[in-house]
Amino acid sequence: MRPKNSLTLLPAALAVAAFLGGCSSPVKLDKPAPVETRQPVQGPTDQSSQSGVTTVDTTKGNQISAANLDRVIYFDFDSYVVKDEFRPIVEANAQMLKTDRSKKEVAEGHTDERGGSEYNLALGQKRAEAVVKQMVLLGASDGQLEAVSYGKERPVATGHDEDSWAKNRRVELRSK
Amino acid sequence: MRYRLWDVVKGADQGGQSEPTLVPDLRLSAHHVSDQIYQKLTGEKGVFSTRLAFVTHGGGSYSLVVTDSDGYNPVPVRKARESVISPSWSPDGRELAYVSFEENHKAVVYVQNVQSGERRVLANFRGSNSAPSFSPDGSQLTVTLSKDGGSHVFVIPRAGGNPTRVTQSTAIDTEARFAPDGRTIYFVSDRGGGPQIYRQPLGGGNAERVTFNGAYNISPALSPDGKLLAYITRQGGFKLMVMDLASGDTHGITDTDDDESPSFAPNGRFILYSTRVNGRESLMTTTADGRFKSVLGDSGNDYREPVWGPFGR
Repeated sequence: MRPKNSLTLLPAALAVAAFLGGCSSPVKLDKPAPVETRQPVQGPTDQSSQSGVTTVDTTKGNQISAANLDRVIYFDFDSYVVKDEFRPIVEANAQMLKTDRSKKEVAEGHTDERGGSEYNLALGQKRAEAVVKQMVLLGASDGQLEAVSYGKERPVATGHDEDSWAKNRRVELRSK
Repeated sequence: MRYRLWDVVKGADQGGQSEPTLVPDLRLSAHHVSDQIYQKLTGEKGVFSTRLAFVTHGGGSYSLVVTDSDGYNPVPVRKARESVISPSWSPDGRELAYVSFEENHKAVVYVQNVQSGERRVLANFRGSNSAPSFSPDGSQLTVTLSKDGGSHVFVIPRAGGNPTRVTQSTAIDTEARFAPDGRTIYFVSDRGGGPQIYRQPLGGGNAERVTFNGAYNISPALSPDGKLLAYITRQGGFKLMVMDLASGDTHGITDTDDDESPSFAPNGRFILYSTRVNGRESLMTTTADGRFKSVLGDSGNDYREPVWGPFGR
């Protein structure tokens, strides 16, 4: 599961609003995504951990800059659906953009290593666009967001197994 | 450099040539000789003097590298801390188009002069810009752009400028390649569910599905005569396939599981691709019938995204 403390980082009212539902309509896509029953894998960016080691390459400008926001959304294999457990992250980021119209974010889509680089680039783009679309529905403006993709080019986990693949199928929200 | 070709069976002189050369071009001159001999013996043009481009990855950096056709003489034409993918040669062999993620923190298409190193941005629109491929006459390229939302195929002039949208589905359309006639494109689309290879006239018109076996077929490459289609299918692993376009006959020509990025030699006799050998991403060449294979390069780095350059050096 997602670390429990990721929710406590959110403003309480927002978290309550998220769980009361009402805005849980999935992003409409061209085809229904296949449903898998699999335990979601905890992401590598647990903000609260003091002892964990996380590689953040500061030369690449992709640091998680607003320390109080989770910014990584994980996806199932072959899926572009933002799962309910990650909606609070999407909503918190949308709220942040809605509150301050001068702020901008880039949604970077990523895939696991399997398959061709170009098709994976397009899949990552589709994931990023799904997140952006939700954030716009939640009140962020289109001009504050850009969806881009790294495809399989920038994995956070380099193993060749499902554990690594699950960590790599993600969208990272990065301040611009 | 001089050579004479002697037919020992007939005891006949088959001709020869001498050409002045510079020391740095000795290999090139030797390959010219090889090409002439190959052509005399087989009637077909040789590819010894052609070049390859591919990407190496190691030590936290990426290099777009150009080598001789046998993998020797590697020269990096671009070094970056971020990935480089999808190199494509111009038909005159002077320029390489490719996708770099470094400068803009997203996929942007560049065109670079191989000899001078001078380069220009070809496509840097909102969203991702990728999959460049030159037309046979070199005047334009297909690219995949997401500027309108989704991934769609566009054509853009070689000098840059306004892209024109070519594919019209709401699904992913990408990895377009020109057929040798310059009027048809082959591309990957998941409009039918999973990724399959389609073709359609460049000027519009209906897309026709080309691959039917398997749920995942990507990375089309056309032979120079337009008769064969090489591509990658997912069947357990990822396998290089060759289809006879006239008959539809298709067969796998490798026994590896991570094949990627096929491209034909300009004489159509060989296919260059990447695959995993002993855990490393490596480059292979195979005859188009799969009977003879060889591994290129072996420096401990990973090799990927290979593409065979044109005739004419």
